[in-house]
Amino acid sequence: MTMLPPPSPKKLGLVIDLDICVGCHACAVACKEWNDGGQFGPLPDENPYGKEPLSVWFNRVHTYEVETQDNGKPPMTVHFPRSCLHCETPDCVTVCPTGASYKRAEDGIVLVDEDKCIGCQLCAWACPYGAREFSEQRGVMQKCTLCIDRIYNETLDEIDRQPACVMACPTRARHFGDLGDADSAVSKLVAERGGYDLMPEMGYKPVNKYLPPRERRDGCPSKVATPQEEKVDFSTASPLLRWMDKLLSR
Amino acid sequence: MHPALSVIFFTAVSGTGYGLLFLLGLILAADALLFSRAQALIVLATGSVFAAAGLSASLFHLGQPQRAWRALSQWRNSWLSREGVAALLSFAPVFALGFALWRDAAASTLRACAIVLAVMAVITVCCTAKIYTSLKTVHAWHNAYVLPGYLLFGLLGGAAWLWALAAMTGADDALVQRDLPVLVAVLAAACAMLKRFYWRFIDTTRHAATVESATGLGRYGAVRSVEAPHTEENYLTREMGFALARKHAATLRVIALVLFAVLPVALALPALIFRSTTLAIIHASVTALCVTAGIFVERWLFFAEAKHVVMLYYGSEHTRMSANLVYRR
Ligand code: SF4
Ligand code: SF4
Repeated sequence: MTMLPPPSPKKLGLVIDLDICVGCHACAVACKEWNDGGQFGPLPDENPYGKEPLSVWFNRVHTYEVETQDNGKPPMTVHFPRSCLHCETPDCVTVCPTGASYKRAEDGIVLVDEDKCIGCQLCAWACPYGAREFSEQRGVMQKCTLCIDRIYNETLDEIDRQPACVMACPTRARHFGDLGDADSAVSKLVAERGGYDLMPEMGYKPVNKYLPPRERRDGCPSKVATPQEEKVDFSTASPLLRWMDKLLSR
Repeated sequence: MHPALSVIFFTAVSGTGYGLLFLLGLILAADALLFSRAQALIVLATGSVFAAAGLSASLFHLGQPQRAWRALSQWRNSWLSREGVAALLSFAPVFALGFALWRDAAASTLRACAIVLAVMAVITVCCTAKIYTSLKTVHAWHNAYVLPGYLLFGLLGGAAWLWALAAMTGADDALVQRDLPVLVAVLAAACAMLKRFYWRFIDTTRHAATVESATGLGRYGAVRSVEAPHTEENYLTREMGFALARKHAATLRVIALVLFAVLPVALALPALIFRSTTLAIIHASVTALCVTAGIFVERWLFFAEAKHVVMLYYGSEHTRMSANLVYRR
């Protein structure tokens, strides 16, 4: 059913901290690894060792340079992971002619039913965030599942019931939780740090939030060591050292 | 956007087919005796073959064409689904009208079938256009010029083919040497005007989103992509990153205008003035071919010139890069 369900109280999603992401791509690799073998896999690679490899990934990490208003400061480098935002009112769901693209009523996760998908790719055209990638080999659309086969997986230890990307991040720049619950850890984090929506003008109401990078400190240029003359006071040093200083400075 | 041949063929040919069916419906509803039974059947068959061929071509765009029937299920919200349903339903009046013509049914039955056919043809083409206009992510599609464009170009294609078929089957002289060439010329001029407005619109306006709003980093200053997530192409850059160089676009716009507007007008005028049956046949057939070729170029541009907002994430450098790749291939 590609009609949107009524808004659910539970809104599972991610919070991504752009302040500390170091752009290591560990989340993207962990996602590829889990989902290639998981319930929604495989994520095929076309021509992997050839001249023009092409492959399906659910998560991609961009790097941007941001000029700061203050001219004295150096530009800021920001690493920017991009994946499905599990939007509240996304057109990727409503344009689907088959009912394959749907939003779960219970927790808001947006999924593709690959047994129904005809591979018309309209949903990928409708997504402004580039979250959907079509698999040529499988003939169906693929996208982030918020690791639904992990987060509800009772065969995993409780602590492991989180998306693979969140588990893999070495800097803890990714957080998973219920953004519909104002008291959840993720909601508090968003409130505290001013988490924001990407492209709010599209009206898709993303559930995932991004935490802005903190203003960088003064940067380095002024602190780059300008060679200074070394001054050592030998007047208080031992007679032997004084004698050596005299000898060597000659 | 990547101009896929299957989709260009689908919109161009089915549009022309429905244009032809619409005009046939209109003519039969107004005057059931203007065409002989055989003539009406020939036009009906041509129009429905075009419509069916276009619709079948769209199946080649699917990753799982054998499941295409599933696309009929979500008509409550999906324009693609509505298009499929409308297209299938439109064959009911096609068969009804064919049957009525074949059995020499009463004029009132014929008229009823013809009216339903004309209405269904318009509805189907509107649904086709809505598939594109409903995508907020593509500025060149999500605007008020696109739906009238699909309707007008469908009509132009239909009128050109109707003129050719009427001339070749020896229809009424007033129709072949006066009404239809006038209709073709007027529609060609209207299409040219609409396209000029459309091109001015896409050249001078842009999508509201920017790389600053896409990343949310605009609060600090201008944002520039320094490194893409992947070194090779991916689905997004292939499908959405297709960018046509401006100078090629300008040439192709002129070619399209010449094919769908200038030549048809130039061919219709002598047919009006000289009133010869042979001349009408030649000019009408050449016009039909020119218009069809022109619609193909116009439709190719409709895709190739359209930019998708997701490319903001890749920065403008990437758009240039993929344009080079496309030309190199
Ligand atoms: S990010 Fe794209 S695919 Fe995900 S819900 Fe939003 S519109 Fe749909
Ligand atoms: S590609 Fe599949 S999921 Fe996407 S709109 Fe088409 S049928 Fe629906």
